[in-house]
Amino acid sequence: MMTREKFEEAVLPPVVALLVAMLVGDALILLFGQSPGAVYRMLLEGTWGNAYGLGQVLYKATTLTFTGLAVAIGLRAGLFNIGAESQLAAGGFMAAVVGLAIPAGVPALLLLPVYFLAAALAGGAVGALPGWLKARFGAHEVITTIMLNFVVLALLNYLISSRFKVPDTLHTRELASGRLPRLDAFLPAFHGSAANVVLLLALAAAVLVGWFLFRTRAGFELRATGLQPAAAEYGGVKVGRVWWHAMAISGALAGIGGLNYVLGYKGYYEEGFATGAGFLGIAVALVGRSHPVGIVLAALLFATLSQGGLAVNALVPKQMVDVLQAVVIIAVATSVPEVRRLLRGFRRSNDA
Amino acid sequence: MSNAPQQQDTAVRMSGIEMRFGPVRANRGASLEVARGEIHALVGENGAGKSTLMRVLSGMYVPNAGTVEVSGRDVTGWSTARAIESGVGMVHQHFMLVPTLTVAENVILGRELTKGGQLDRARAVAEVRTLSERTGLLVDPARMVRDLSVGEAQRVEILKALYRGAKILILDEPTAVLSPPEIEELWQVLRGMRDAGDTIVLITHKLDEVMAISDTVTVMRQGETVGRVATRGTSPADLARLMVGRDVTLAADMAHHASTTAGAHQQEQGAAALEVRDLVVQGARGVTAVNHVSFSVRPGEILGIAGVEGNGQTELIEAIAGLRAPRGGSIHLGSADVTSMAVRPRGDAGLSHIPEDRHERGLILDFSIADNLVLGQQHRFRKGALLDHARIAENATTQVATYDIRPTDSSLPARALSGGNQQKIVIAREMSRDFTVLLAAQPTRGVDVGAIEFIHAQLRQAREAGKAVLLVSADLAEVLALSDRVAVMYEGKIVALLPRAEATIERLGAFMTGAEHAA
Repeated sequence: MMTREKFEEAVLPPVVALLVAMLVGDALILLFGQSPGAVYRMLLEGTWGNAYGLGQVLYKATTLTFTGLAVAIGLRAGLFNIGAESQLAAGGFMAAVVGLAIPAGVPALLLLPVYFLAAALAGGAVGALPGWLKARFGAHEVITTIMLNFVVLALLNYLISSRFKVPDTLHTRELASGRLPRLDAFLPAFHGSAANVVLLLALAAAVLVGWFLFRTRAGFELRATGLQPAAAEYGGVKVGRVWWHAMAISGALAGIGGLNYVLGYKGYYEEGFATGAGFLGIAVALVGRSHPVGIVLAALLFATLSQGGLAVNALVPKQMVDVLQAVVIIAVATSVPEVRRLLRGFRRSNDA
Repeated sequence: MSNAPQQQDTAVRMSGIEMRFGPVRANRGASLEVARGEIHALVGENGAGKSTLMRVLSGMYVPNAGTVEVSGRDVTGWSTARAIESGVGMVHQHFMLVPTLTVAENVILGRELTKGGQLDRARAVAEVRTLSERTGLLVDPARMVRDLSVGEAQRVEILKALYRGAKILILDEPTAVLSPPEIEELWQVLRGMRDAGDTIVLITHKLDEVMAISDTVTVMRQGETVGRVATRGTSPADLARLMVGRDVTLAADMAHHASTTAGAHQQEQGAAALEVRDLVVQGARGVTAVNHVSFSVRPGEILGIAGVEGNGQTELIEAIAGLRAPRGGSIHLGSADVTSMAVRPRGDAGLSHIPEDRHERGLILDFSIADNLVLGQQHRFRKGALLDHARIAENATTQVATYDIRPTDSSLPARALSGGNQQKIVIAREMSRDFTVLLAAQPTRGVDVGAIEFIHAQLRQAREAGKAVLLVSADLAEVLALSDRVAVMYEGKIVALLPRAEATIERLGAFMTGAEHAA
């Protein structure tokens, strides 16, 4: 009984939010003089309806899973990490810079840990700094992560344009070795899509995050800190340390997300390679209720919407899908307490 | 509408009040009848639904069922604004004042007097002063609220209600934060108001107060009204039986009992289990909260610290527990200097701590009962980096049974439990660990009478087992019932340290207000 209630309370808000978003979408589509049924059908056909579209959805969902997990780790520790955007970029950049120094011919499997570490360390450092500033000086992480986004992105852009770029482009040279195979290497149907094996890393990361949060002692202390810092402190937890550790893990997860583009897709770092994926990670974490399973599903949802926007461009402006995404976020943010109250109301009338 | 005389005499009549919050039924058909011009005590254990019923009366809640009549008029479901207009005012347990405004500004807030579009401060001060002098609620209207003592702040709250024309004044546990002389002053004021024809409803769970001040008593239990009696025709024991539904041993009786047996626990001089020397601790906003405090607690002894809340007790306990770094002095557990140790090693060195605020510190409300039962000892319930869920569950089964925690399903979140059962989780956890010194801060705050008995028995057991117990409580009866020695904290200092036999309520009261200083 209890578990069913918990399940309902966790799952209903996002579902209701999606329904609300679809209603708003209907209204918008009608305004454009189109039939909602046709547009939604086109959206689904362009995403889940064919292997290429599905591949694109999976590719986008991969990055979003990483940034969603990153934001969720912060939220579980009571921190709002708005910096996934720059942590993601820093991870991708560091992986590329390290990769540029590696000669051709080294097997990818050997190199993966190196790239992995480079991305995690760079993203983790960008995350840990605001965590440490909060623990040491009480600086609010929302402010510092937002500001650090500007600093880090500007720094990366400077480094790219002054040192690393291939002339007349905004990207680095292609990496000589260590690139990861795309899905079409195993399933030819995915030909042309960006989906690649980093997808499996994302799923592994989701499992690992769930294990960390709910099975380990460190996860216990992290969740305790997030719910009630005073009680965690009383329980012998060093709250400041948990804060900066959580932010470091959060940044590292976002940073590893950079591999999706750098190793899995293009083989180089490009300025703005995943613009918006960090911020969308906030939405993914909120809609996914900071739970790994929810995050994977929410990442698929948002990836579908953003790929679907391209698919329906012929009928309605693709910005319409941006509006849908925004409505989902707003609806989730407001519906959580609302739906709970609704649920209680139902139960009350059932009991009576 | 023609008012029958008997309606004129009834200030408040509430009947069949049903108030639900989700699955919780705070009021189940509760009723209340208050005559005009009387002091009416509304008593019951915590969670009996007293405050909820009064919030219905003052318009904060709209009841699911039932009727509310004020002066013979049906006002069911009215708003706070209408309630205030009609002369019903409520003084809440937690003050609702703006600390950076003056007394006069707080009193007139929402009814500001203006002159040419500007605040007429001079008139506000004059009006508040007149009101203050007329009622005996003495406080300087020009002072900042943040500079007031708790007792003074409460007077401002009452003034606020009266300024808005309250004829029916509801006070929610007004004495919780007052010293005995301040309580006596409050009684004077309330009696004066009653004699002037005002009606007062006093929410409390302290029976000595009921006997001292009220004319009529209504008793609530589990959301229902279980009795309405004239104060003159009842006794504390009768009221306690109504409140709990069975016979109980009252702390006041225990205090008497303890004073006669305290000698038995006088310990021969031995090594102290807890030694605090010259401790200085800063509180919030940089003020010195604990000012050169020294004392020691021996094994097999309960040292009780009495005092009005906010005199440094919280900071003292936090410093000993490792939650607040002291500015000076030292803390020893046995022979170990723990002054600069973190929380966990202190626990490992033999310190156990029942914190004063279980909702903030003592429990993680969204964690399960089982997880809460290992909070602070998660480093003991693990296999490598993982938590050992099997042992945590096993521990929970044992503790839930031993300490009679209800409900018994240890996978429920602590939030779902009553105050008494939540506190039992904390007690179970802190008593079952390996310790030599127990800090018990407000151990029975907000728990029902039955749980109080249980917790007191646990503290005595700890003493019998040779533990050193430092008890901090705002409840004098509790301190007297349990302690072997009693210290009084006033303005950050220990102003008295008396053997139990020499500690009387009158003497302690004098120390608590700073009226008397120890040599």
